[in-house]
Amino acid sequence: MSPQRPQATPSMPAPAMGESGYSAATFTPRALVIVFGAFLLLVAGSEAYAQMRTTGTDKSIVETLIRWTPLILFGPAGEFGGFALNIAVSFLAMAIGTVAGVVLGLGQISLSPAVRRLSWAVTQFFRNSPWLVLLFFVMLLTPFQIKLLGFTIPLPAWLKATFGLSLPVMANIAEIVRGSINSIPTSQWESAESLAFTRTQTLWRIILPQCVKRMTPPWMNWYAILTMATPLISIVGVNDAMTLAQDALAAEQRTDLLMPMYGLLLLFFFLYCYPIARWTLYLERKYAVKG
Amino acid sequence: MEFLWDALRQLHDTAGINLVHFYDSFERGRLLRGMWTTLQLAALCVVLSVVIGILGAWLQGSRLGVLKWVVQAYIQFFRNTPPLVQMYFFYFALGPQMPRIINEYGIAQPMLGSFEWAVISLAFFAGAFNIEIFRSGIEAVQRSTVEAADSLGMSRYQIYRHVVLPLAVRVCLPSLNNNLVNLIKTTTQAYAIAVPETLFVASQIWSDRINVFEMMVTLLTFYLIIVGIFVWAMTRVERAIAVPGFGR
Repeated sequence: MSPQRPQATPSMPAPAMGESGYSAATFTPRALVIVFGAFLLLVAGSEAYAQMRTTGTDKSIVETLIRWTPLILFGPAGEFGGFALNIAVSFLAMAIGTVAGVVLGLGQISLSPAVRRLSWAVTQFFRNSPWLVLLFFVMLLTPFQIKLLGFTIPLPAWLKATFGLSLPVMANIAEIVRGSINSIPTSQWESAESLAFTRTQTLWRIILPQCVKRMTPPWMNWYAILTMATPLISIVGVNDAMTLAQDALAAEQRTDLLMPMYGLLLLFFFLYCYPIARWTLYLERKYAVKG
Repeated sequence: MEFLWDALRQLHDTAGINLVHFYDSFERGRLLRGMWTTLQLAALCVVLSVVIGILGAWLQGSRLGVLKWVVQAYIQFFRNTPPLVQMYFFYFALGPQMPRIINEYGIAQPMLGSFEWAVISLAFFAGAFNIEIFRSGIEAVQRSTVEAADSLGMSRYQIYRHVVLPLAVRVCLPSLNNNLVNLIKTTTQAYAIAVPETLFVASQIWSDRINVFEMMVTLLTFYLIIVGIFVWAMTRVERAIAVPGFGR
């Protein structure tokens, strides 16, 4: 039984983090190569199968995939959709979730017991509810437009879906914030108090700046989880990559295209999320408290 | 029970709170069947994913480099792709490639239905995380303990089965619980491939009876209850098997 850590390369030097984020040494492309190879094999296999059964009118699998790729990545012409929409939704939901989560997390350490209990209850509720149920909740129970001061503000489906996805993110970010604040030694609060810092000053100038470092890896981990949850919005009728891939399959009406098309979609997400996961791991090690 | 249903019917007539999925025996029946399906789905996925986790962690400790690579690629792939797309891949892309069987009515049908595919895809998804979790637990087992077992002449399998695994399970139980709770919540995704689980049945009921809000609240309550029961049970297990002399 070798004492090798998961995901660790046999000999990992401690590289300096450059401006670009992660350096080559932390990014082992082994899994990437295997997954990419598996995808190519899948396409090649389907191609061979298609060639065997073709009536001569069908285009090749590779040609068909390339034809649909722009649509799946960027959505139909003149409209925003596809994989780009998945990414946009993930950014926006993460932004909303982070801001709301920090507020909720700070609420959990509030001096007022009522605020503390309420924040705790809200956090637990949204952490323990299934994402899809929350998504349905927001999609079906919010209006499609709101009237405010005589203005009618439309709420498109993708915006509501974004809001729905940000709820569970909010609750989990709140837990990260609370956990990291609790991980700062009590003596720091006490020394700040002895230097006549107010509670707000202590929190914003002493405690939270230290928390940022500790919160970054789990925060990025939640970003990756959120990104992988974005295809759920296809269930509630948003034109994301999943919906468009299924539209493409419906248009082509070819069973030999099923595996390559879904494989392509999996590959897109993998290519986006895997580097984030590696980078998260790198930061986790870098910021780890030695002891 | 009749008294309660009548009271709920009254509530609908007077207060407009439509709890038809409780007092109407047909709706109640399908909701209960949906909940039963969810429980079955969750139980099967939990057991299978734990088995995958234990097996995978064992394979990762193997001396064969290729085997380690394959397990590593499996983990990274399932961890870094959306579970929904995985489920679609299994059900829509892999499903039609499976051989067909003749059912009792003499009609050819796919060998595996949507329920089975949901179990397979969710178990593989959560299993990838479980391997990592067991792996971290195994690493936490002190090397001297393993060496001691080795010096007693135990085989690799015996060490794994009787020394490493029992200790590792105790160490990684909290993170395992976390992942399994997540898995139970993810069973709602089986909605997308029309497995008649709670969310699917609930959406049918709220479309038929137009009681979206009441149904939603029931649905969330149901999931909070089953997650709550699971967490409570696992905490009991955790306490029961805790090794004395660690932690506080």
